[in-house]
Amino acid sequence: MSSTLIAFRALVRKDVAIFLRDRRALVVSVLTPIVVAAFFGSLFGGGGDTVSRIPVGVTDLDDSALSKAVVESLRHDQSLATELLPEETAHQRVVTGKLRAAVVIPAGFGASVPGALLGRADKPSVKLFYDPSQSIVRSVFAGIITQHVMQEVTRPFSSGNGMSIPFTLASQPVSTGPRYNGYAHAFAGMSVQFILFMGIDAGVALLLMRETGMWRRLRAAPLSRAMLLGSRVAATTLIAILILSVVYSVARFVFGVTIAGSFVGFAMIAFAFAVLAATTGLMIAAVGGSVAATRGVATFSILILVMLGGAWVPAFLFPEWLQNASKILPTRWAVDGLDAMTWRGLPLASACAPVAVLLGWSALFALIAVWRFDWEGD
Amino acid sequence: MHLVADRLQKKFGATTAVAEVSFAAAPGEVLGLLGPNGAGKSTTISMLAGLMRPDGGRVLIDGIPLGTGADPTKRRLGLVTQEIALIDELPARMNLEFFGGLYGLAGRLLAGRIAAALELTSLGDRAADVPKEFSGGMRRRLNIACALLHEPQILLLDEPTVGVDPQSRNAIFDTIEALAGAGRTMVYTTHYMEEVERLCDRVVIIDHGRVLADDTLSGLLAGAPVSNTLTLKYDVSPDGAALEEIKNLPGVIRVDLKGPELSVSATDLGTAAPRVLERLAARGFSCQELTSRRANLEDVFLALTGRTLRDT
Repeated sequence: MSSTLIAFRALVRKDVAIFLRDRRALVVSVLTPIVVAAFFGSLFGGGGDTVSRIPVGVTDLDDSALSKAVVESLRHDQSLATELLPEETAHQRVVTGKLRAAVVIPAGFGASVPGALLGRADKPSVKLFYDPSQSIVRSVFAGIITQHVMQEVTRPFSSGNGMSIPFTLASQPVSTGPRYNGYAHAFAGMSVQFILFMGIDAGVALLLMRETGMWRRLRAAPLSRAMLLGSRVAATTLIAILILSVVYSVARFVFGVTIAGSFVGFAMIAFAFAVLAATTGLMIAAVGGSVAATRGVATFSILILVMLGGAWVPAFLFPEWLQNASKILPTRWAVDGLDAMTWRGLPLASACAPVAVLLGWSALFALIAVWRFDWEGD
Repeated sequence: MHLVADRLQKKFGATTAVAEVSFAAAPGEVLGLLGPNGAGKSTTISMLAGLMRPDGGRVLIDGIPLGTGADPTKRRLGLVTQEIALIDELPARMNLEFFGGLYGLAGRLLAGRIAAALELTSLGDRAADVPKEFSGGMRRRLNIACALLHEPQILLLDEPTVGVDPQSRNAIFDTIEALAGAGRTMVYTTHYMEEVERLCDRVVIIDHGRVLADDTLSGLLAGAPVSNTLTLKYDVSPDGAALEEIKNLPGVIRVDLKGPELSVSATDLGTAAPRVLERLAARGFSCQELTSRRANLEDVFLALTGRTLRDT
């Protein structure tokens, strides 16, 4: 083996060995994304097939045949977990967040609704309490209530079950993958976030090397700039791939996240993202000042990048303008790329664009690093 | 192996760090490089180590100009930095493997060099321990060992004993003397005069980016405008007339009176001391206590730079 290769191997091995011996780094980089992804994944539906029901309350102040029929109909709705409660209790449980919404059927409801339907009586006022943090539930619940009331109030006019929706809805989860797994997106997002944090640590480590004299020592050896910076990129890339491998192994065997798309595509995206994390660290080391200030600014920047990249919540929940704007960010491409190869089950061709964008950003970061690097400084 | 600094110059913006520095060190020679903070010492070391490209002049190693980056001539150099540049998370042996690897060493050759470096620095029994568990002296010794693996013929030691206990310092001195004895060329910077006096065959003093003196220790003492000091204590302080008479004696450079203590600086104590005592006795001043001190490197340094070594 040539001297150059031996030196390159020594530099890379040193960085990997330091990482593996650093328990804090291991915990932050490997365990934390797993724990956080497990939490977020469970919030976004986890890996189950069952549709979660909306917890709601219903208060029947009328106690008429119609109101009882509506209540019974609501209790059998597959979208709802309905509890029959006194008004005060229903209100309190919405206030405390235990119920998403509650409906109060007023006294006289059963008597006035049939007339109101034909415009011959005043419409009764039905109260609807809802949790303002779950405002979308208000519309959903209002629609369901309307459906059940209409069904029950028209029952006497029809031969069978009353008025119903004049079609059936055949819901079908659409992805190429076997089935949606809420953990898949969470693992993609958290892997991106915490590997970028590891990239920051790699950059800060380079700044620390300047402070401790290690950088002087390295530059005293017959090593080119390309060797010194290239070895750091290689080491950080290796560490990032190692983290991704461990995190996705846990995702696979514990949380059932599968690479339903192209495995080669997944590997390509993982590699491109690992290079991005490495060059991000290098750029941080090149433009950074003091260690504390650099770490603070870099952490803030990465948090913004991963947030806008859809790592915390899927980008489709963003306003449309933000969905479009965030497409410029490498984090968005990383998260979308990993999603595409896991639960969306897309083919290798779908990995090409994310890989190109990630490597493009990596090249830009590397150029900035080389341009701004203070070679003669300690 | 000969090391030559040939009219080295370096500027940082408008500031001239090294105006013109020239000196040479021969194989087996330990050359002391002294200078106050900001004198250009660190910049000079950086240029000697190939860390920094000079704006003018050049560094020659056996007549070959030294470059920066991947210049293979750098293999002939070893740098012991002032900071302890070790990887605290990795055992001593892995540190040595790493630094050896930087110079292309591997396998049995590297293992042999590591064993030799550990033996030279008396760290053989601690090779499996991490440096953060070491004493300051052991860390310094490992820091030196890391610079020796590729067997450099020229060693640049930048304050290698800072923060070290006397026992470890002696161990480091022994290592350096052994290396010099083996024909290595060494450039040694320090703030400790006794280290220079023990180790260095020759001393270069620089300030404001220029060489102020370049000679052996005895040559510096003989040639520099420095003085030996005679200190006398009196019950009654000598008066102004007496001081004026002492000042005018041949060989006397300076006279200072602090309370009852009279300090007389002279080029030759053997000639000056009897005359001073005789004149003061003639004026009725009886000396109670007398001490004398020969001029040393500290005085030379003070005379040349206006500062003491410790102040720098």
